[in-house]
Amino acid sequence: MYRFIRTLAFLAAVCTLVAAGAEAGTMDDVKKKGFVRCGVSQGVPGFSNPDAQGNWTGIDVDICRGVAVALFNDPTKVKYLPLSAKERFTALQSGEVDVLSRNTTWTLVRDTALGLNFTGVTYYDGQGFMVTKKLNVKSAKQLNGASVCVSIGTTTELNLADYFRANNMSYKPVTFEKADEVIAAYDAGRCDVFTTDRSGLAAQRLKLKNPDGHVVLPEIISKEPLGPVVRHGDDQWFDLVKWVLYAMLEAEEYGVNSENVDQMKATSKDPVVKRILGVEGDMGKNLGVDNAWAHNIIKKIGNYGEIYERNVGPRTPLKLERGMNALWNKGGLQYPMPIR
Amino acid sequence: MANRVQVGAPGTLILRPPATVGVAGWVRQNLFSSPANAVLTLVSLWVLYVTVPPLVRWAFIDADWVGSTREACDREGACWVFIRVWFDRLMYGFYPESEIWRIHVGYGILAVAAVPLFVPRFPWKHWVGVFLLFVYPVIAFHLFVGGTFTVDIVDLLAGLALAAGTVARFAPALAARPWSPRWRSIYPAFAVVALAWLLLGGRLVGGPLLPVSATLWPLVETRLWGGLFLTLVVASVGIVGSLPLGIVLALGRRSELPVIRAICVAFIEVWRGVPLITVLFMASNMFPLFMPEGVSFDKLLRALLGVTIFASAYMAEVVRGGLQAIPKGQYEAAQALGLGYWRTMGLIVLPQALRIVIPGIVNNFIGLFKDTTLVLIIGLFDFLGMAQAAASNAHWLGFAIEGYVFTAFGFWIFCFGMSRYSQHLERKLHTGH
Repeated sequence: MYRFIRTLAFLAAVCTLVAAGAEAGTMDDVKKKGFVRCGVSQGVPGFSNPDAQGNWTGIDVDICRGVAVALFNDPTKVKYLPLSAKERFTALQSGEVDVLSRNTTWTLVRDTALGLNFTGVTYYDGQGFMVTKKLNVKSAKQLNGASVCVSIGTTTELNLADYFRANNMSYKPVTFEKADEVIAAYDAGRCDVFTTDRSGLAAQRLKLKNPDGHVVLPEIISKEPLGPVVRHGDDQWFDLVKWVLYAMLEAEEYGVNSENVDQMKATSKDPVVKRILGVEGDMGKNLGVDNAWAHNIIKKIGNYGEIYERNVGPRTPLKLERGMNALWNKGGLQYPMPIR
Repeated sequence: MANRVQVGAPGTLILRPPATVGVAGWVRQNLFSSPANAVLTLVSLWVLYVTVPPLVRWAFIDADWVGSTREACDREGACWVFIRVWFDRLMYGFYPESEIWRIHVGYGILAVAAVPLFVPRFPWKHWVGVFLLFVYPVIAFHLFVGGTFTVDIVDLLAGLALAAGTVARFAPALAARPWSPRWRSIYPAFAVVALAWLLLGGRLVGGPLLPVSATLWPLVETRLWGGLFLTLVVASVGIVGSLPLGIVLALGRRSELPVIRAICVAFIEVWRGVPLITVLFMASNMFPLFMPEGVSFDKLLRALLGVTIFASAYMAEVVRGGLQAIPKGQYEAAQALGLGYWRTMGLIVLPQALRIVIPGIVNNFIGLFKDTTLVLIIGLFDFLGMAQAAASNAHWLGFAIEGYVFTAFGFWIFCFGMSRYSQHLERKLHTGH
């Protein structure tokens, strides 16, 4: 009998250990490992891309660096795993990466059936059109009967069909498999219009022989909210990744940037700024990190505006205006939840 | 006049007709021998005229060579600045700058060790081969990966003894002096003991007996490997792994034991029946889902296994072609000499069969080398993948062509090298029958 009880106790202990191992949250795992594993793209200009020194750069990359700073106060504590579009979700589901920051569009199916959680929108993208200036077209509504270069088998192609049908216009699709072929065909004059996501338009435009001879039309015909993704069922980690982005946005809204952050911390009387920078309140503790988390993020990575300007803004080769990605009080859609 | 003089019958001199000598003669004979050939020549010359000068102008005359930003390139010709700036990434991927010397040392050891193989009368070629196949991979692995390693001296000695004993047993010609037949009778017991010790010994005595652990250089994880370096690693592991595995599979497929034959046939047909891209995809996407959460296998290792297994299925069929080409008389002669299965194969059949299929084997190697670019789809930045990533950097958009031309040139050098070496081997091993 004694032996039987001992065996049972042993089994129970083993089960508890196994269960505890399985239930340990991503946050604890990451803290124990000492680095964040971040799934990125294999090269999307301005979002995640290696530079010639072998460092990863881009908006998506800065989100991961932000998470690393919040946890370890060190932007280098990230291990990047380049993922193809097809394997990205498996890599997240199987635990190969802790956060997927790979310009992924937030959709219902991904948010539910794939077992993922989108933590916010780092970049509001949408499909747009580019034409040569010679055509003298000012609006997509004038494109009736145009030939349009587009990648085959993408949502881009479907959005295009929807848009023209909804506006009772006709068009001639000129389709190709790869983005490089599409832009080459457009450059060679095989079609009047080139369409893809607006950030993509900006990037592809640089491949043209004469980038200044082309103009992007004002219409945006689809919604492509891009954001970081984490696994379902791990709320603590979900919260952290979510609030890293909000902290970057909130800092911009209250005028805190990487240059004035120390001075603001020392002198600001604004209670909101004090809460963001960890002078007052236990914001960091509630997230499970240091109270100086947002201060560190802003100091080491910058606020959202700085990240945007550095990676895709008007002074980069991509020359993307803020547009929808401006803060809500400046005519955009970026609305950080209050840190309080 | 000298080259017009031809020796005819002894003591006579015949003068060739003037139209067949000199430059004019050569041109006439080779390029304009008939109206059809004349037309073909003219068309070819025209094609060359249309394509070559613009290409030369793009690649050399109008090209930009100096600078460090895209502003240095005027887009008139090729922008080789792009390759220069990205050269280290294209060669080594994300391998840390301070550790790149390790890759160089790895290449260097390989180059030095390989030189004797090209020297016709070098006496210890077999030992160089043994070094390259068994010792070099261990050295290279530790050079490239690094980090802390722990070795039990007892294990090490057991391993060395096992290796030496095995060589002495199966390839007595390699050993310096003839080994007594007694060794052959002792060997099985020796092998079992040594293997058992290597596999279980540490656990039986509760830990390594004489552990030595050292950190010679820091760990470089495989996710940082890339560029040409990664391509070479994948290709050489695939090549070195697939040949022996392929030979075993080919022998198995021709075996008279039904179970072994069935297993080998199934293995070959399954792996040959699916595209490599599917194999890689399974290895990278499905495999992690089968594993318990948190247990993850190195991604590169999974890709290496996939590539090796895939290539070995093809290799098996090439080798089987060679085995079937060996006349039945050879098998019977070996049996008549009283040789068993392994000695028949090892001493009589395989040496002949493999020599016949050298072109096929090298063909497979070259195909495999180029197939390695498929690792791109599982997120590894090989030579080609790195060039694509470089061309999608916001500061370097629009230089994809330069990247492709450069990688194509790199691949061509290696594939052409393999092809020349195979021709050299064929000539050397040609015994003329």
